[in-house]
Amino acid sequence: MNSKLITITALLALTPLAAQADAITELQAGYHAKGANEFSATAGEALWNRSFTDAKSGQQRQCGTCHTEDLSKEGKHARTGKVIEPMAPSANPERLTKVKKIKKWLLRNCKWTIGRECTVQEKGDLLAFLKNS
Amino acid sequence: MKRKLKILSILTLSAALLGISSTVFSDDDDKPLFSGWFSGNQSGVTPVDNTFYLNECGSCHFAYQPGLLPIASWEKLMSGLDDHFGENAELPEEDANRIRNYLLDGAAGRTNRKISVKFMRSLHDGQIPLRISEIPYFVKEHDELSRKMVQDNPEVKSFSRCDACHTDAAKGIFDEHAVRIPGFGRWEDD
Repeated sequence: MNSKLITITALLALTPLAAQADAITELQAGYHAKGANEFSATAGEALWNRSFTDAKSGQQRQCGTCHTEDLSKEGKHARTGKVIEPMAPSANPERLTKVKKIKKWLLRNCKWTIGRECTVQEKGDLLAFLKNS
Repeated sequence: MKRKLKILSILTLSAALLGISSTVFSDDDDKPLFSGWFSGNQSGVTPVDNTFYLNECGSCHFAYQPGLLPIASWEKLMSGLDDHFGENAELPEEDANRIRNYLLDGAAGRTNRKISVKFMRSLHDGQIPLRISEIPYFVKEHDELSRKMVQDNPEVKSFSRCDACHTDAAKGIFDEHAVRIPGFGRWEDD
């Protein structure tokens, strides 16, 4: 009886992880289909930490401007001050579980941070880095 | 004598009624005891009841109620999401349309809630404000606040953050009884 219960609990606990793996796998497969090579968490991490100069304002921008240096901590929207839930799935199991949401934010935030859309390679690398954070 | 008494009582009664109605329909924020009985909860603006809007827009900033801007303003905002006050807030077309419809349905000019009506009335001819804080009635209502309380206050920073001071902002209530300015406390107008 107990073992059943434990199995069910374990399955439930794993659900977000499974959803995360699904969403990332689906997106990365799509990027491969558009010509991306193997994805590298190291390259993703480097991009995450790189600083870019905004053409209009001259500001230095990087992912951590809003998400903070520590991915397991809450971030803060640079403009509005609104709290941003931790980026790391280890701290926030909801992260990276929804394809649509990932697409939306990769589009917006690459444009804001880098000043252009990310390439499929860059997006896949970022996800490879983030999923294990 | 009897007639005099009658006239007097009619006068008293009318004065009392006038007194009630003038408080019921009065413009200021002091809610008279029975106002709800007569006018419903018509003060403030209609609160946001749309989860999609709350999630999409409210994840970055206070989810401004549709009744805080006129139709033309929402149209203009929604057609420029790629440069949304310097931020990229692009949405897939069907999502943007969903939000546009919600905003337009409840826009100022389409509701009789007090703040919406006052905002509309205060607009200059042809004015299409992109920021709620550009609306003349808004400006007038906030003109006594110092920079120290808002722009230079690290917990407020900008008039765009309604809920930094208006503790019931999410419910569409902006009257001054519910104002608490971080570091300054209550705010009561004279």
